[in-house]
Amino acid sequence: MEFSMWGCLLLALFTASIGVEGIDRRGARTERISGSAGDVLDDNPVGKLKVYVYELPSKYNKKILHKDPRCLTHMFAAEIFMHQFLLTSAVRTLNPNEADWFYTPVYSTCDLAPNGLPLPFKSPRMMRSAIQLISARWPYWNRTEGADHFFLVPHDFGACFHYQEEKAIKRGILPLLQRSTLVQTFGQQNHVCLNDGSITIPPYAPPEKIMSHLIPPDTPRSIFVYFRGLFYDVNNDPEGGYYARGARASMWENFKNNPLFDISTDHPTTYYEDMQRAVFCLCPLGWAPWSPRLVEAVIFGCIPVIIADDIVLPFADAIPWEEIGVFVAEKDVPYLDTILTSIPVDVILRKQRLLANPSMKQAMLFPQPAQSGDAFHQILNGLARKLPHDKRIYLKPGEKVLNWTAGPVGDHKPW
Amino acid sequence: MKQLAALQQQGRRSNSFRSNSSPLDATVDGAIKSPATIFWLFLHGLCCLISLVLGFRFSRLVFFLLFSASPSPSTTTIYSALRTTLPAISSPQERNVSADGAGSRVVVGRHGILIRPWPHPDPAEVMKAHRIIERVQAEQRSQYGVKNPRTVVAITPTYVRTFQTLHLTGVMHSLMNVRYDLVWIVVEAGGTTNETASLIAKSGLKTIHIGVEGKMPLLWEDRHKFESRMRLHALRIVRDKKLDGIVMFADDSNMHSLELFDEIQNVKWIGTVSVGILAHSGGSEEGDLLMRETHADEKDEKKSQIPVQGPACNASGNLAGWHTFDTQPFVERSAIYIGDRAVVLPRKLEWAGFVLNSRLVWEDVEGNPVWVKDLVEIGKDGEDIESPLSLLTDTSVVEPLGSCGRKVLLWWLRVEARADSKFPARLLELLSFSTTISETSLLLYIWIIDPPLDITVPAKRTPWPDAPPELPAYVEKVTTIPENTEKRPAKSGSKRKRSSRSKRKHNVKVLDIRASTKQAGDN
Repeated sequence: MEFSMWGCLLLALFTASIGVEGIDRRGARTERISGSAGDVLDDNPVGKLKVYVYELPSKYNKKILHKDPRCLTHMFAAEIFMHQFLLTSAVRTLNPNEADWFYTPVYSTCDLAPNGLPLPFKSPRMMRSAIQLISARWPYWNRTEGADHFFLVPHDFGACFHYQEEKAIKRGILPLLQRSTLVQTFGQQNHVCLNDGSITIPPYAPPEKIMSHLIPPDTPRSIFVYFRGLFYDVNNDPEGGYYARGARASMWENFKNNPLFDISTDHPTTYYEDMQRAVFCLCPLGWAPWSPRLVEAVIFGCIPVIIADDIVLPFADAIPWEEIGVFVAEKDVPYLDTILTSIPVDVILRKQRLLANPSMKQAMLFPQPAQSGDAFHQILNGLARKLPHDKRIYLKPGEKVLNWTAGPVGDHKPW
Repeated sequence: MKQLAALQQQGRRSNSFRSNSSPLDATVDGAIKSPATIFWLFLHGLCCLISLVLGFRFSRLVFFLLFSASPSPSTTTIYSALRTTLPAISSPQERNVSADGAGSRVVVGRHGILIRPWPHPDPAEVMKAHRIIERVQAEQRSQYGVKNPRTVVAITPTYVRTFQTLHLTGVMHSLMNVRYDLVWIVVEAGGTTNETASLIAKSGLKTIHIGVEGKMPLLWEDRHKFESRMRLHALRIVRDKKLDGIVMFADDSNMHSLELFDEIQNVKWIGTVSVGILAHSGGSEEGDLLMRETHADEKDEKKSQIPVQGPACNASGNLAGWHTFDTQPFVERSAIYIGDRAVVLPRKLEWAGFVLNSRLVWEDVEGNPVWVKDLVEIGKDGEDIESPLSLLTDTSVVEPLGSCGRKVLLWWLRVEARADSKFPARLLELLSFSTTISETSLLLYIWIIDPPLDITVPAKRTPWPDAPPELPAYVEKVTTIPENTEKRPAKSGSKRKRSSRSKRKHNVKVLDIRASTKQAGDN
């Protein structure tokens, strides 16, 4: 597929990139990742693509949000904010004939349980119903069977629409979405729920809350390794071994007595401030490999230690995560202290300089209203990089590729 | 059969993750009730009951016992809380689903919890981590901290007395931790002595040790004046030697925060910081100290719990006046002479709260501002210079530091023993010996009681109240002793700061009690 070729080319360009030092406004020494293709994070997508936003009945979006406003603050809120951004963005076009990409605003992750976690059981039916609507009302879906459409599916395993990995794998990506571009938070190599050509995005973290907890940058970083969160999910996996593939439990058992590791299950009110006082922040997998900790670590300048085998990180084709974070294999967790202390100091300082780059931090956030270089623009950049569309996606009239009857029987029920 | 049931048990548990979703779950998965399912359910219930009775997870135990004969290679160096992979024979019910058919190495399912054989910190690695942290902090300082740090010139007036070692060591250690270049001018009353010289030599700092003629006076009033003279003398040294940097006054009994030294780097000509006053240092009778803050325009007076001396700013952040220590409540009770057990009062504005650019005291420097007087004109008639403000013609140019005095960066304290109290001298012979051996201090303190005590009396309060007192054989005598010893603690309390000769030890020997009753009788 030509899209993956583009992706590989860009990846190759950036692995051969050189860092250029510069002084930013505040006098902090930052480093910019630049390659021969230019600084991708600062690209302006306006003018490079046109997006047409389908007008769906409000039962797909507004009514759902109205029923539960908690959807605006949880970590899956990106789908709602992306819709709001696109409605007022300069890339939006009201003429679908000149559009490069088509966006369908379906809030599939907004059906919340009382405890706030989204229930994905109706999402496949909702998605199917929306696609049936747009394919009936507009001709653009049938033209390409969705190959120039993109959807936001920020749930645990993306378009597999289940929170449990085994069930998600069994379901696979919703058959109707197989040709579309999926913008999702989940990313793991060679996984059923990640299509080639998907765009991985960071989970939503509330920008105002984060910015209100900033401390002066001259506060010395005195914590070596910092982590707050569960090690054992006692409700669902009391024995351990399932949750996080045993990695979090291993972290706890090996390092609970280590003075360098400030790890616990506390919920301190100074969580953000403590992250700014730490050199390394652990970002292990949980039930899914991604977590908002990565976003928080990047914004607070704490080097993320990513413990998730084969994970695909947000905007992996634009951000060189290898140079910014530390990757530790899950089987190496018992030797985490050796690994971290044997990193040369100048490598650590370089990572901190890269993290201090404001465009890096901006790319992880979804600010309201949108600012240049933020995650919304990175998504558009990603979509722009996939242009122009391959001629082969346009089907001949009458040609059908998608199987509308595939998938579990329960999915075919109307929503 | 049991292992299959156990597997089923594990499999079932993974189904019950979110209980509120079970009806929907059933419709999605399309589960069908059949005799087989009922049978498995029954077995599951049986196994649950057995677990309940036995009190542990016997499924794990069964696995461990049955399959411990075939260890996987990865467990030789790493102890696994559970086997990493389930054996192939039980595969039909197994939940080890591969994420993708095509060569993914990530396996979904139950994994072992890897624990290394010695899950404790390695000291070498802890040291490496600390060095990393130091380097990171140094980098932070160079990026966000003071850009061109200036030398700090610390002026400390001191004199040889009981608590000199205590106070001077405190200041010394604070100054040793300062990250900037430092020059320490130690001014000593009564001329330089080997005592003080040996003490400050341990610091490793660049020191200038000068003496001022005249013994330190006994009364606090006079002592404050004498100390001002000593500081002026030190300022003359700064002028003569043309020391460049920031001059701060580190009195030897004060406590300095390291943030103070970072903050004073911001001073341009003359600045002032807030000084916390710990005036209730004498005895324990004083209650809370209240201080009335008086602003320059006397607008409002608030009572504050923490007495602080320092700048007062108006709304725009400019200096509007000074907070001083209100001495009104203590006028009658204040300490008169050194060693008095009353409250020692600070002066209106302590020298310690001011920092100067050393160029202010240099002679004939062109860049100096017009409002500074020449150093030689001040104090030459022996008048009392209360604070460095006397150096200025216009006091409004003083810069308030520490976010306009809101941060208290040092604490003023005066604690002294009685002027005639004895204290151990340093063994000077070992001083020359120790300078050849690098850091190890061989200076010993030996409290020698000469002549040795021949009479001891049991104290009323022993330091270990829980330890039962050993009852002597002469029980009837014991009852009289406590009454007589009641007088002792009061007396020895007032002589607490006297020499050790009056120290009494509790001794339970029979002979001594007899002797002590005699002693009590005599008194």
